[in-house]
Amino acid sequence: MLGKLDLSAIPLDEPIPLVAALVVFLAAVGVLGWVTIRGWWPYLWREWITSVDHKRIGVMYIVLAALMLLRGFVDAIMMRTHQAATLFGPGYLPPDHYDQIFSAHGTIMIFFASMPFIIGLMNFVVPLQLGVRDMAFPTLNSVGFWLTASGALLVNLSLVIGEFARTGWLPYAPLSELDYSPGVGVDYYLWAIQISGVGTLFTGVNLVTTILKMRAPGLGYLRMPIFCWTSLASAMLIVAAFPILTATLAMLTLDRYLGFHFFTNAGGGNPMMFVNLIWAWGHPEVYILVLPAFGVFSEIFSTFSSKPLFGYRSMVAATLFICVVSFTVWLHHFFTMGAGANVNAAFGIATSIIAVGTGVKIYNWIFTMYGGRIRFDTPMLWALGFITTFTVGGMTGVLLAVPAADFVLHNSLFLVAHFHNVIISGVLFGSFAGYTFWFPKAFGFRLHEGWGKAAFWLTLAGFILVFAPLYLVGLEGMTRRLQRVPVEGWGPPLLVALLGVAVMMAGAACQIIQLVVSIRRRESLRDETGDPWDGRSLEWSTSSPPPAFNFARLPHVENEEPYWSVKQRSIEGQPLEAPDSYEPIEMPKRSATGFLTAFFATAIGFALIWHIWWLAILGFIGAYATFVVFAWRDEAEVEIPAEEVARIDRERLRVREAWYRRREEAA
Amino acid sequence: MSTRDSHEDHVPDMDDAAPGQEVVNDREPIGGLTGYIIGFGLALLLTAASFAVVMTDLVYAPAVISALVVLAIAQMGVHLVFFLHLTTGPDNTNNALALAFGVFVVVLLVLGSIWIMSHLDHAMMPAHQMAPGGF
Repeated sequence: MLGKLDLSAIPLDEPIPLVAALVVFLAAVGVLGWVTIRGWWPYLWREWITSVDHKRIGVMYIVLAALMLLRGFVDAIMMRTHQAATLFGPGYLPPDHYDQIFSAHGTIMIFFASMPFIIGLMNFVVPLQLGVRDMAFPTLNSVGFWLTASGALLVNLSLVIGEFARTGWLPYAPLSELDYSPGVGVDYYLWAIQISGVGTLFTGVNLVTTILKMRAPGLGYLRMPIFCWTSLASAMLIVAAFPILTATLAMLTLDRYLGFHFFTNAGGGNPMMFVNLIWAWGHPEVYILVLPAFGVFSEIFSTFSSKPLFGYRSMVAATLFICVVSFTVWLHHFFTMGAGANVNAAFGIATSIIAVGTGVKIYNWIFTMYGGRIRFDTPMLWALGFITTFTVGGMTGVLLAVPAADFVLHNSLFLVAHFHNVIISGVLFGSFAGYTFWFPKAFGFRLHEGWGKAAFWLTLAGFILVFAPLYLVGLEGMTRRLQRVPVEGWGPPLLVALLGVAVMMAGAACQIIQLVVSIRRRESLRDETGDPWDGRSLEWSTSSPPPAFNFARLPHVENEEPYWSVKQRSIEGQPLEAPDSYEPIEMPKRSATGFLTAFFATAIGFALIWHIWWLAILGFIGAYATFVVFAWRDEAEVEIPAEEVARIDRERLRVREAWYRRREEAA
Repeated sequence: MSTRDSHEDHVPDMDDAAPGQEVVNDREPIGGLTGYIIGFGLALLLTAASFAVVMTDLVYAPAVISALVVLAIAQMGVHLVFFLHLTTGPDNTNNALALAFGVFVVVLLVLGSIWIMSHLDHAMMPAHQMAPGGF
């Protein structure tokens, strides 16, 4: 009846996951109970869970990402404290559990923290910057989000029911084959990633279509904000690369479930093919994450230097260059597998070349700041922290691109320090910068500056303290994923790294406090004009938070910085153009399709992990029925009457005019 | 998503037609039902030809695989032109570029993998020494 599932799946003999699960369970029950007591369910269901508004979906992506970021951070804290503890005793994590921790850390941080954070930012910002009212496929957007959440749920379920993979964040064959990983850990990984991968692919298709097809009148390609360009490049990479991941994991699934021999040692399989294919996805994935972060930084450098972005066209060219070349470097992840000098040299050279694109961007950012009036608000601090630390990480990457050097450093903590150096300063700082930058737009009030600055400095200091020592011990030969530390001399650097983790924890605490403090003081942090940072692109031209339809009238774009020129005209004494008549707007209707699809997808995933075949079949029927019901619906849109549009837009203009008058009087 | 207040409803702009918007492309040489029927016929013919190549001796045996590759590519071409409405017209720039990018990535992946794996082959045990289900 329940397949492989019985009571022994719950790890009653391991106190750590049980206690952790109990805490999470109690917290979840507490939150759900609170929502029930306050009677918020109808509101949540109508306005968030079934919402197809790109802004709401973007916010939900980021909430999911923030929760998973904390979960992945807890794993990181456990690994660092365990390694430090093994200097004085046996440590507190048995090898079996330690392997699950580092696998879960990587899986969660890449798939369920970084990806949702970046996709959430793109979801929220891109339609606003393009001057349109929603994504091209609003319901598909909701499906994509809920499938990602479903994958995240499955990964976290593995904490209590069964186990997680012990294979690392990429389940290399043959270790991940049934012979060597007979448990459900790898199956949890496979189904969680497959389900969320489908969601990511939907989002990629949606973003490409939105950016290519739905720009405001006059917004030609070379007038798009650079964040839209990097989002386009990232979405194209998603569409091109995620099918490789899906196919590779599907082949591994066939090996495990139906006795195929794609990646086995025996029967004509070749485990090296798994490594080859997974990195053919894995390297573009790096750029899927970091390109939108580059876009965030471009917007921030330009806004906070009060200057247009330097070298806009070279920035676009560099983005597309990276987008294409990212498909020619994947072998550098397995130089040591033994392909020989010719192959290694070719991919080593390609890897060095791709750094040129990033180099162009770094110089453009520096020249954007040059001669500008720089304001050191929190988003700008994250950007400056990025540009200084990311350059170091990039250069260690070029070092690792030399095959001869890679043979010495492969799978050492030097490599671990390198990719954390680029991914934390690139993707994580980029996410935090974007979060602080666009938070006022999303909620109508700013985040508290003091706590934000404290969070930045603590995170930056902690980050350097953790990874500088790891570079050192990596050079001395310490390999990654060690459950105990065999060399005494590695002790002191590991203790410094532990101190760094403590500092980063303080940084994370500051960020949580910042959110709480900002919500409590929201009246004094209110953003009245919708333009808190003196912005330059279209998202700042609408109110904060934007109305459901974003723009009462679609803006007409005449140059690269449409909102900046509107403001200049207004400062020169011309009033903001106030249309005398408004037309009703049709907006996509909310839909439970996304939530229901993900509900059934979770059931399918859980059933397949535990071989509960009847539940899998029921799940498939449910998901298909959801699709049919959606396909048969007659009304896809609701109409917002013209008077409502007029009321909202006149209010926005009134506040804006008052602000300009105050500014003129002050000047 | 409303486009009421934009100019698109009045002047159909083929470069900017909204996704999912049913537009009959009159610049396409063979559109409508005729196109679908011709495409369907060609697709069936190519499928039948593939089976014929494998199941009869019409084609010189070592060339069967090459013939199948050629027929498969022709099949893709038929699908692109008749079902996915890919043309070389100016309204199809995005689609043509997307196809070019896709083909480029596939070629990189397939040729790259063949190149890499042929250099790694020496690390695997020769197939005749392998016993299924163990070392």
